[in-house]
Amino acid sequence: MIGRSIGSRIFDGFNYTFLGLMAFVTIVPFIYIVSVSFAEPEEVLRRGFILFPTSFSLEGYKYIFSTGTILQSLWITVGITIAGTLINLLFTALLAYPLSRQDFSGRNLFMMLVVFTMLFNGGILPTFLVVKALGLLNTYWALLIPNAISAFNLIVVVSFFRQLPEGLEEAAKIDGCNDFGLLFRIVLPLSAPVLATFALFYAVGHWNTFFNAILYINDADMWPIQVWLRQIVILSQGGIGDSTQFDHNYIAPPSQIIKMAVIVISTVPILLVYPFLQKHFAKGVLLGSVKG
Amino acid sequence: MAETTTLPVRGTGGQPGSRKLARLMKNKWLYLMALPGMLYFIIFKYFPMWGLLISFQEYQPSLGMLGSKWVGFDHFHRFFFDASFGMLFRNTLLLALYNLVFFFPLPILLALLLNEIRREMFKRFIQTIVYVPHFVSWVVVVGISYIFFTTEGGIVNDILAAVGLPKIDFLMSEEWFRTMIIAQVVWKETGWGTIIFLAALAGVDQQLYEAARIDGAGRLRQLWHITLPAIRSVIVILLILRLGSFLDTGFEQIFLMLNSMNREVGEVFDTYVYNVGIQQGQFSYSTAVGLFKSVIGLVLVVGANKLAKKFGESGLF
Repeated sequence: MIGRSIGSRIFDGFNYTFLGLMAFVTIVPFIYIVSVSFAEPEEVLRRGFILFPTSFSLEGYKYIFSTGTILQSLWITVGITIAGTLINLLFTALLAYPLSRQDFSGRNLFMMLVVFTMLFNGGILPTFLVVKALGLLNTYWALLIPNAISAFNLIVVVSFFRQLPEGLEEAAKIDGCNDFGLLFRIVLPLSAPVLATFALFYAVGHWNTFFNAILYINDADMWPIQVWLRQIVILSQGGIGDSTQFDHNYIAPPSQIIKMAVIVISTVPILLVYPFLQKHFAKGVLLGSVKG
Repeated sequence: MAETTTLPVRGTGGQPGSRKLARLMKNKWLYLMALPGMLYFIIFKYFPMWGLLISFQEYQPSLGMLGSKWVGFDHFHRFFFDASFGMLFRNTLLLALYNLVFFFPLPILLALLLNEIRREMFKRFIQTIVYVPHFVSWVVVVGISYIFFTTEGGIVNDILAAVGLPKIDFLMSEEWFRTMIIAQVVWKETGWGTIIFLAALAGVDQQLYEAARIDGAGRLRQLWHITLPAIRSVIVILLILRLGSFLDTGFEQIFLMLNSMNREVGEVFDTYVYNVGIQQGQFSYSTAVGLFKSVIGLVLVVGANKLAKKFGESGLF
């Protein structure tokens, strides 16, 4: 080993500092938002920028939940996330398996049809008209079905299924297992980690769903959380709190606190699954880079 | 296959037709499995492609596609000579260009810096943090920007005011729109973008560095001769992918950042199609605009793929 030169040490010093700063800039907005959302209104008005609050209060949260609007919207989003992810996984696995089988005669044609949708699409309006013609407007189905399969994820799953050892399937086939049995008893259990990865990706997508909701859902009672988030934080509209729920001296907390509390509530679930995501996502992304 | 009326003979059929049928019968469960997925692609991806035909019509929902009048290229003609055509083209191209110049190199740079870190713990800690924003929705990112940059009590303007500078309306002005968009993309996606480069770097044989050190190569030379060549093909592929989707400026982000004050610099093809088509109900005209964009997108992807093959990469399809 050659001793490290001064230049090398200086570089390391800069590097550590720079990366530390970068992480700080990434995380500071989150800390700020969480801190303010839990601070007392009085302190927020007095100090402005708070990273470490000296007071603690749930005023913002109390106000948000003084009407059922946000709570209901959260439940809707939970429902969409669970149902949507199950639909995604089922549709993706069911189509990926035949496409991964060398002896499936429709394989190449079907694969071509799938890949072409990644290169060219009908666009927003024609898709909207199809959804409308099917009578899905203003129903939760409009948030579940039009995105049932991501072509990209499908192709990754196909290439993963392909590299599973064939011997197992042969053995099961000889034991009289049909193709459904092969998929559900052999292939899927072997693919659990990959399925977990895609479940998480799909789930995050559903939790963050916004555009499809404003496109397909007019009824405010059916809005998922991201649409309310936009109303409250970006457009500064939408009566979500009800001051009459509190005693008559009650003054609603500053809008800043309310906004930040809504952001926290709509982001916490993502941060809760993040450790699981992090464990798997690198694997998922790398699978994606292995061409199918 | 309806034309085959001969009895299906399992396995070894004599005629080609019956052999085909036998193969279909053998695959029947597989076809059944593929059915929901293929129906999905046909209904939600191929029907809309067929629906693009309304861009050559004066489509009226009450008459349907069959009853609406055909008008040829009228809508395209109108769009090409409309003032918004130039505006959309300029806005989309500028955003794409800024993205390419100011965002694209950053994940590479960050990955290279992370790669120089020898302490695994520190490296993993930084990675864990910088990946987080990728999973947060655009509504949250834009919402946070609003909270930080508003002129009414936003922290950035408070600081500007504190040091005696005039307040800047970052959110409601034309001058700052593109800067804000690119800054948000940088904050949200730079960390995530490093993954693929770090994966490529993890595959580099550490003995190469060892050998280079023994030969007296400094860290800069190691970076230049070992690290960069290791990720060159990934860079080329990603660059080509980026060129292929050049016109895809993130819809949700721009939609959320748009307001009446910055529409002139912020409106892009996708948001325009939404506003004119869904909001104003000009179905045929906005479909024509969308089709125009999709065709250019297709040409770019195919061109980029050709380019990839020319560079000796395997291409994408």
